[in-house]
Amino acid sequence: MNNLKASFQKLLMYPSAMMGIAAILALVVVSIYAMITIPYPEAIRLWRGGEDVWYRNPKFAPPAWINLFSSKKYSESFAVGTADGGMTKTAAPGKNDSTNYEMVHEFDFNYDVYPQDMILYFTSTFKKKQPFASIELVTPDDRTIRIANFVIGNKFTYRFSQDEKLRAKLRADENIPALFSDPETGNVLKGTYRLIITGTTFEPGSDMDVEFVSHGQVFGLAGTDHARRDLTLPLLWGAPVALAFGLMVAIGTTVLTMVIAAVGTWYSGWLDELIQRITEVNLVLPFFALLIMIGTFYSRSIWVILTATILLSIFTGAILGYRAIFLQVKESMYIEAAKAYGASNRRIIFVYLIPRMIPLLIPSLVQAVPAFVFLEASLAVIGLGDPILPTWGKIIQDAQSNGALFKGYYYWVLEPAALLMVTGLAFAVLGFALDRIFNPRLREV
Amino acid sequence: MIHTTEIKEAMKMSSKIQGQRETLLSVHDLHVWYELRRFGFSRMGYVKAVDGVSFEMAQGESVAVVGESGCGKSSLMKTILGINIPTRGELIFEGRSLVDLTDEELRNYRFEIGYVQQDPYAALPPFMNVQQILEEPLIISGVKDREKRLERIRRTMTEVKLHPVEDFLHKFPHMLSGGQRRRVVIARAMILEPKMLVADEPVSMLDASVRVEILKLLRALQEKHRLSVIYITHDLSTVKYFSERIFVMYAGSLVEKAETRRLLDIPLHPYTAALLAATSDPDAENSITYKEVPPGEPPSLVNPPKGCRFHPRCARAIAGLCDEKEPVDFEPEPGHFVACWLYKTENST
Repeated sequence: MNNLKASFQKLLMYPSAMMGIAAILALVVVSIYAMITIPYPEAIRLWRGGEDVWYRNPKFAPPAWINLFSSKKYSESFAVGTADGGMTKTAAPGKNDSTNYEMVHEFDFNYDVYPQDMILYFTSTFKKKQPFASIELVTPDDRTIRIANFVIGNKFTYRFSQDEKLRAKLRADENIPALFSDPETGNVLKGTYRLIITGTTFEPGSDMDVEFVSHGQVFGLAGTDHARRDLTLPLLWGAPVALAFGLMVAIGTTVLTMVIAAVGTWYSGWLDELIQRITEVNLVLPFFALLIMIGTFYSRSIWVILTATILLSIFTGAILGYRAIFLQVKESMYIEAAKAYGASNRRIIFVYLIPRMIPLLIPSLVQAVPAFVFLEASLAVIGLGDPILPTWGKIIQDAQSNGALFKGYYYWVLEPAALLMVTGLAFAVLGFALDRIFNPRLREV
Repeated sequence: MIHTTEIKEAMKMSSKIQGQRETLLSVHDLHVWYELRRFGFSRMGYVKAVDGVSFEMAQGESVAVVGESGCGKSSLMKTILGINIPTRGELIFEGRSLVDLTDEELRNYRFEIGYVQQDPYAALPPFMNVQQILEEPLIISGVKDREKRLERIRRTMTEVKLHPVEDFLHKFPHMLSGGQRRRVVIARAMILEPKMLVADEPVSMLDASVRVEILKLLRALQEKHRLSVIYITHDLSTVKYFSERIFVMYAGSLVEKAETRRLLDIPLHPYTAALLAATSDPDAENSITYKEVPPGEPPSLVNPPKGCRFHPRCARAIAGLCDEKEPVDFEPEPGHFVACWLYKTENST
């Protein structure tokens, strides 16, 4: 196996191969990171979670880093709460068992584009008498806008944008722009704002908490989708899924193809005939259409698709190519010698026939990976992806069904597409380099 | 000449053994036919590669099988090695017929026979190093202990003069010279300590100096282990180094069987005579003599000629006899068998 080692060392002479290896290693690191930080059940829970999981995020928000490239700054999202200390909360005892609370959050607003919405989520405990809360916003120019007063229940949600009374008071079409603008010029007023919530509970032992959420125009590293889901989750988790699918199918297919070709060629006779006939039939069957049929009528589980892909990819042109080489190797003198010293059929196939093929196998295995990564993504794009797993193809499918390109949410499509491209390219350039190393005749071309 | 003394030595050696010899291998009326098929099930006929071969070999005897390419030498050899299955006839090794052996016994039989292959460049798997190559037969024959295997590899490698052993153990075939590869092939054949060695053109594709060394090595091994050797070649000039008897093969059958010296001195069969005439011995006289070579080509093995297979090319063919009836083995002198109607005796028609 010294030969193999030397061949791999030659990879160092191909910068493209080194870049490919670097990209693949990066993807592996990302995969491991994803699987450690977001364990599988957690990833599934988040991916399938609805408004209750993702209520803090805006919808259709591009990633926050687009502010670096844009002259107009989009407001970023944030969420703070009294329960986790993000918001200050002070309590003072009042008359007749009542308690007065003051909950304050100071935030900088230096953006050019208003947030989508701001929301307050109140929770409180009481027996009979409901607590009371009033909200004020102090602007940078020291105006104090009284926003609303209301009685809160156990759970109470207040959306700034939907308050009709506030709209009437501000004499504006929309609440959020009106709150963050200079009333005279109508321009954005930048600076530090202070949201003050004063509340009163009327029973001993009752309490209240609030969470202040601003749905900005941009969010996080990767943005969000139509269901407010943070796209970093499927982007991170798409890496292990894509790599695992691509590698498993590529390895499964090439190894099985080779073993079947070797067994067929070695035993020849009806077995070899059967393999050839199956291959001929399989070659005219439409591969992708069959997968669509399986996905539509049987199951969309990634394991079913994986098995079907492997089975359908075994009996293709490759098996005929391997067969041609095995027929040649089969007649070689060292195999005759092995027969003469009593090697069993199994030993001849696995110790003498197959090792001869490994140099040919390695490049084709690596080159096969991107095809299967793309296959999994394309199945997901047409809606036949695994219904549970977060994958890159699923992001593109969601984007497509929500008209992302039509509405201008380019990030939604480009992020998974870029990752797919990097993955495909990495394996392809590595495969090309390996092909050149293992098939020296190509080097002259 | 160098070889005369060596031949004498060999002869002395062989006559010493001659007394207590017992038959190791006997081949009786062996046929190896390959089926020719076209259009699925329709049979087109057979290639009669080996057609009625009989001979006996003693323990420690060396025999040369001589013939042109395509005469069935290799098929005969592969049948003896247990790779081909005889269509008809019997191979009896140490008193047991090969046909009766179970798979397990057939495997054990294969361990008893070493195979030295023709082409040392193709005979060694390119992806294994010398140690792996030599370990394979040991693993297959069930030597489980790694240390024991290594020890046997070292011993055999020393025996075939591949030393220092450590230098060669981890080399791949492409790093070895032709002669070294040949030694590895011989070591592989010898590692299971066989009773018989089948050597298929063991000195082809080597230059003259290495050739003599390999022949000497094979002889030394034969004498040391009392090996029976079947030496297959188309080159009569190397035969005398080695073998006590020569079998001449033509178109699937043995036409003449005799002691080496007798056959080389007085060839009886017209084909043997022609073959000997064509041998290139370095002799100045050869430049002025014109050699008679039989006209035509060896016959097709699918449809061999009726009667004696050599008759279309034979200058001494008897019309009405040679082209009608297949000749049987005649014994014009003791131990010298020839399948030719020219030596017909009265009682054997």
